[in-house]
Amino acid sequence: MKTKPAIPEIINQRKRTNTVTGETITMAHGSGGKAMRDLIVDIFLTSFDNELLSPLEDQAQIDLGQLVAQGNRLAFTTDSYVVAPLFFAGGDIGTLAINGTVNDLAVSGAKPLYLTCAMIIEEGFLIADLRKIVSSMKLAAEAAGIQIVTGDTKVVERGAADKIFINTAGVGVIPAHLKIGANQAKPGDKVIINGLVGDHGAAIIGARKDLAIETDIESDCQPLNDLIAALLSVCPDVHCLRDATRGGIATVLNEFAQASNVCIKIDETAIPIRNEVRGICEILGLDPLYLANEGKLLAIVPAERAEAALAAMRAHPMGRQSAIIGEVVESPEEVVVLRTSFGGERVIDMLVGDQLPRIC
Amino acid sequence: MKYVDEFRDPELAKHLIREIESLVLQIGASEKEPLQIMEFCGGHTHTIFRYGIEQLLPKAIELVHGPGCPVCVLPMGRVDDCLALAERPEVIFATFGDAMRVPGSQKNLLQAKAEGADVRMVYSPLDALELARQNPSREVIFFALGFETTMPSTALTVLQAAEEGLKNFSLFCNHITTVPTIQAILESPSMRIDGFVAPGHVSMVVGVEPFQFVATKFKKPIVISGFEPLDILQSIWLVVKQIAEKRCLVENQYLRVVERDGNPVGLKAMAAVFELREFFAWRGLGSIEHSGIKIKSEYAQFDAEQRFSMPNLDVADPQSCQCGDVLKGSIKPWQCKVFGSSCTPETPMGALMVSSEGACAAYYNFGNLPQIRAAKSSNSKEQSKILS
Repeated sequence: MKTKPAIPEIINQRKRTNTVTGETITMAHGSGGKAMRDLIVDIFLTSFDNELLSPLEDQAQIDLGQLVAQGNRLAFTTDSYVVAPLFFAGGDIGTLAINGTVNDLAVSGAKPLYLTCAMIIEEGFLIADLRKIVSSMKLAAEAAGIQIVTGDTKVVERGAADKIFINTAGVGVIPAHLKIGANQAKPGDKVIINGLVGDHGAAIIGARKDLAIETDIESDCQPLNDLIAALLSVCPDVHCLRDATRGGIATVLNEFAQASNVCIKIDETAIPIRNEVRGICEILGLDPLYLANEGKLLAIVPAERAEAALAAMRAHPMGRQSAIIGEVVESPEEVVVLRTSFGGERVIDMLVGDQLPRIC
Repeated sequence: MKYVDEFRDPELAKHLIREIESLVLQIGASEKEPLQIMEFCGGHTHTIFRYGIEQLLPKAIELVHGPGCPVCVLPMGRVDDCLALAERPEVIFATFGDAMRVPGSQKNLLQAKAEGADVRMVYSPLDALELARQNPSREVIFFALGFETTMPSTALTVLQAAEEGLKNFSLFCNHITTVPTIQAILESPSMRIDGFVAPGHVSMVVGVEPFQFVATKFKKPIVISGFEPLDILQSIWLVVKQIAEKRCLVENQYLRVVERDGNPVGLKAMAAVFELREFFAWRGLGSIEHSGIKIKSEYAQFDAEQRFSMPNLDVADPQSCQCGDVLKGSIKPWQCKVFGSSCTPETPMGALMVSSEGACAAYYNFGNLPQIRAAKSSNSKEQSKILS
């Protein structure tokens, strides 16, 4: 005959029930009850575990003294990730959600410290896919040296979201001596990129089955904070720094030119682009300068530091193929000019909307 | 990149430009009285701007950017018809990407999509056919658009749909033909064009013969050209050479693609499915006889114009818009009253500002800066005058 268990044993058994069962996310997982608790503990807490997150308070509590010791400004940013398809060569929406926000912090010169993670999940989403995404986030956060300290989960009815949307906000601390800004470019400065452009956009195109393009190209999704630290160690007076994501390098260069009221001249032959990416663009009538990247930065540095900056970037694994691709000149102001490989020149403007492929 | 970089070699370009310069000297053309060469095709216009070819040419050559952008010349009334089709609840409206932003009288397809119309961007009419197979309870309408280049694929798609007995697939046919349009330009009284760069991909379908009249009847040199920058430079050189040697011929620079008799399989499919319309209205150019294409009555079940009611109204181009003058080469894009002020790629008033193949959008996006800046500032001054 079984003896009646003691209360502490029951409590222990209840603790062990924090596991998610079933194959799909249901409305119950967002209801605020036990199913949601299971989801948070089993999937998020076990992956992201750290001492700021594990108390599972409604907020993370961060020691101000520690922050102040690292710099004089807080960098604070947010980004939402709504990519389709969710999984692609070289990454998934989870890697993007970490690296994208880390990079938005890092391009200010900040050391990225903490992230939030909010997910909006469509009911019926596969729990196995959620585990895969969260595991990618864990690995990406470790690689970038950042902690996920608070989060939120919502489940919406079928059709109210496209599978899963992720928002991450991040904070970091900017050292007092840095003064990086899009409005800091000066005539004479050099423009540096940390490698091949357009890989992420091309990988996403490759993952879209409707275009029936087979390619080995992988997304360049990577955290840039360590590379930026290497760059700043030899060139603390970097003038402009931004990661080129949606809208490609063309968009970022236009932002620099406008904010700094200068002209940026780029040399087409100097821009590192994979032949496969050029090929996809030729076939689909797209311009690689507008293709998305997820691990590329553009740095504008004083001319006298350009070679040192380039050498430091090339010495880093995330900048092996760095190149100086152009320079800043006075006029025409607020314009980006491309010297074409053919010997002509043309203006590179921002796109109105998405790149639309041409008919013929 | 193999088979691409060979056609973009800057050293060969320099060589060709020197040859063109010496021919121009020999002819005696000058910046004041330049040779006017029209590239008809929007694809050529795109290449010219993308590679900065205009600035490489001697000033005594002026390129006139012709009406060969099928998106640009579509009249507003037809876009309104399109929108009416797309907004029907049972319809999936499939279109090429660059037709999404063409302005109708009220809105464009992108706005209709945002308001709930089921508009899908496709790369081929066969993608639209696949949509029809996958959605048997919906009506899939393909927005068929383009010159002879895209006609064979549309025609073959209709034949395929007929063979499969698909009941929920149709075309809104807006195909247009090249030859009557070139003829209309040549017959226009303000025409000053000295030679033509002819569309390579249209010729790939129709062959060399249909362009003979340009040389024989109108005595103008015409060279069928490929789409890489060296193709275009070589074709310009061939046109200028003909002028210098006082010859008028159809020459084929795009030998690696264009056969003398075109593409017989494509032509056969086109002949089976399509016939000429009496008239078709072009934005900016007005109605041109026998320039439009419609679906033959045998295939009426695939003709959206037969199957669905549409407003079918003529909508006049906005009065201040001078697309027609630009298309005929009588003014340059930046000389238009609204260029860069009320008409920009963000808010296009005229069709030439819409597609990247349109001459105005090309100038605006890629173009020659000093001229554009001057036009923008003088236009905004004029506007502020009007406002005050």
